[in-house]
Amino acid sequence: MTAPTTSTAPSQEETLRSALSARKRPQRANALSASLTFGWRALLKIKHVPEQLFDVTAFPIMFTLMFTYLFGGAIAGSTGEYLQFLLPGILVQTVVFITMYTGMGLNTDVTKGVFDRFRSMPVWHPAALVGALLGDAARYAMASAMVVVLGLILGFRPAGGVAGVLLSVALVLVFSFGLSWAWTVLGLILRTPNSVMMASFLFLFPLTFASNIFVDPKTMPDWLETIVGANPITHLVSAVRGLMHGTVAAQQVVWVLLISAALVVVFAPLTMHLYRNKT
Amino acid sequence: MDSRSDIAIETSGLVKTFGKTRAVDGVDLAVRRGMVYGLLGPNGAGKTTTIRVLATLLRPDSGTVQVFGHDVVGEADAVRGRVSLTGQFASVDEDLTGLENLVLIARLLGFSRKESRARSHELLDAFGLAEAAGRQVKNYSGGMRRRLDIAASIVVTPDLIFLDEPTAGLDPRSRNQVWEIVRALVAGGTTVLLTTQYLDEADQLADRIAVIDHGRVIAEGAPGELKASVGSGALHVRLRDPEDRPEAGRVLSGTLGVPVHLESDPAALSARTSDPGRVAHALAELSRSGVPITDFSLGQPSLDEVFLTLTGRTAEADDSTDTEEDAA
Ligand SMILES: Nc1ncnc2c1ncn2[C@@H]1O[C@H](COP(=O)(O)OP(=O)(O)OP(=O)(O)O)[C@@H](O)[C@H]1O
Ligand SMILES: [Mg+2]
Repeated sequence: MTAPTTSTAPSQEETLRSALSARKRPQRANALSASLTFGWRALLKIKHVPEQLFDVTAFPIMFTLMFTYLFGGAIAGSTGEYLQFLLPGILVQTVVFITMYTGMGLNTDVTKGVFDRFRSMPVWHPAALVGALLGDAARYAMASAMVVVLGLILGFRPAGGVAGVLLSVALVLVFSFGLSWAWTVLGLILRTPNSVMMASFLFLFPLTFASNIFVDPKTMPDWLETIVGANPITHLVSAVRGLMHGTVAAQQVVWVLLISAALVVVFAPLTMHLYRNKT
Repeated sequence: MDSRSDIAIETSGLVKTFGKTRAVDGVDLAVRRGMVYGLLGPNGAGKTTTIRVLATLLRPDSGTVQVFGHDVVGEADAVRGRVSLTGQFASVDEDLTGLENLVLIARLLGFSRKESRARSHELLDAFGLAEAAGRQVKNYSGGMRRRLDIAASIVVTPDLIFLDEPTAGLDPRSRNQVWEIVRALVAGGTTVLLTTQYLDEADQLADRIAVIDHGRVIAEGAPGELKASVGSGALHVRLRDPEDRPEAGRVLSGTLGVPVHLESDPAALSARTSDPGRVAHALAELSRSGVPITDFSLGQPSLDEVFLTLTGRTAEADDSTDTEEDAA
């Protein structure tokens, strides 16, 4: 596995010369393996800087407890009833919120020299971003597991069973992958990670609150109900709820997949354009 | 195989502007294969910008730029396959360990998992980083970081390597280690383009030097030629007794044949010369005429002196209120 070590250590200069004489240039890594390698880098970062998982865990716990016990009774009559309604929404909210770290992470990265190195290497350039998103997917999966387990402990009983829950998590991941490309655009345009965070919040708060995450839109005034109905997050939450409770309609899922694809089609090329021309 | 295949880098009329700043303002370079080429210039001269264009990171605004005959814009991918960049500021990932950094690069270049580890360990050994392999790079010293950075650039030994101020901020020992690495690279056939702010370093390493200032090449040549064109270094002498200074001045200017400069230190004099033979003679004359000296030194011209001669102003004066603008 490791380099062979001889008992009579060669001089530093000899090792140097022999290390430099190797001119083997392997076949270039293909797009998939380059992306996976960047994904591995993202996982290593989670391993070395585990603090970044704090938000991932603190957010959902706080929101679930707060909404269930503070507002649950008022909104749905009982906290137990409300939890059944709320939990799929919390799953969506949690993951959608942490997608913004993608933009912040990228912004931090591109200002460092290591991205200059990546960009000057003969690798498929989108790999750096696709890989980062794959690494983020691992984070989303962890957060999803958190939310589901917390829900189960508090009394959430999904009628859709294990399959329904897994499928709904998968759907959230697909949507988040699409949405992340919007944040990578911000991450490349704005100057500091903080401004990326502020800008992301500006989009995320209305998106998540003007949706069906916390309350049924039927209780809202007509104009608001129309807005909420057009919100992509609403479509995602409906599909996730449907999957978890076993009442999903195929068209709900198709909608989410279409929205996700549209996000990628619009924002991925834009991201790559900005990435290539970053000065 | 025409003579052009000899050329590693060729730029003509390279211009790169950032808003109103003309960072690179019409640079022509020709770097032959297998040589060490030094870009020498003060802060803000345009060294890094030039390197970033050559490494396909920035598009030139005008001019042509070819690396091994490939256009850096049109055939960027072909260029990337031949070059490696070690940036001015650490181009390694601080959160990862040294080993992880090298494995990452190796995997991206297409090595298998096993080959990647083997190559990484080989490089870590060669660069004296074996002990630190498992430590996060943010805990490395400046010298270790630099070496890792260079190691990451030669996971596949490139045909051309860019080293942007490879020794800035290093202590003399670390600097020597980097110089050793550069020499070993060249011995192995790699062309090296390095930038530096120190004439001394360019002199030690480079076969040819281009002096850049305000985005333009203001002088180009072999270090010897350059120094000759600049004039020379200076002999500094300190006398035991300031009273002797007039006598010492007369002896020195007589034997060296150049004007003698009286320093602000009342016991010190200097004269621009770099001919050791004449210097030895002059010192002998001094002692013959009974003028005791406490010490002397024969220095190379500093970058500052080079600049003074080439531009008539000092290197630092970037806020240029040039009084003698066209002195060069
Ligand atoms: N991305 C950028 N945006 C705006 N201006 C820039 C940018 N990069 C460089 N410049 C400007 O271009 C000029 C040349 O900068 P460059 O970094 O090439 O100089 P340098 O010779 O490498 O200097 P140093 O020795 O300080 O590294 C400077 O005036 C700098 O402020
Ligand atoms: Mg620079």
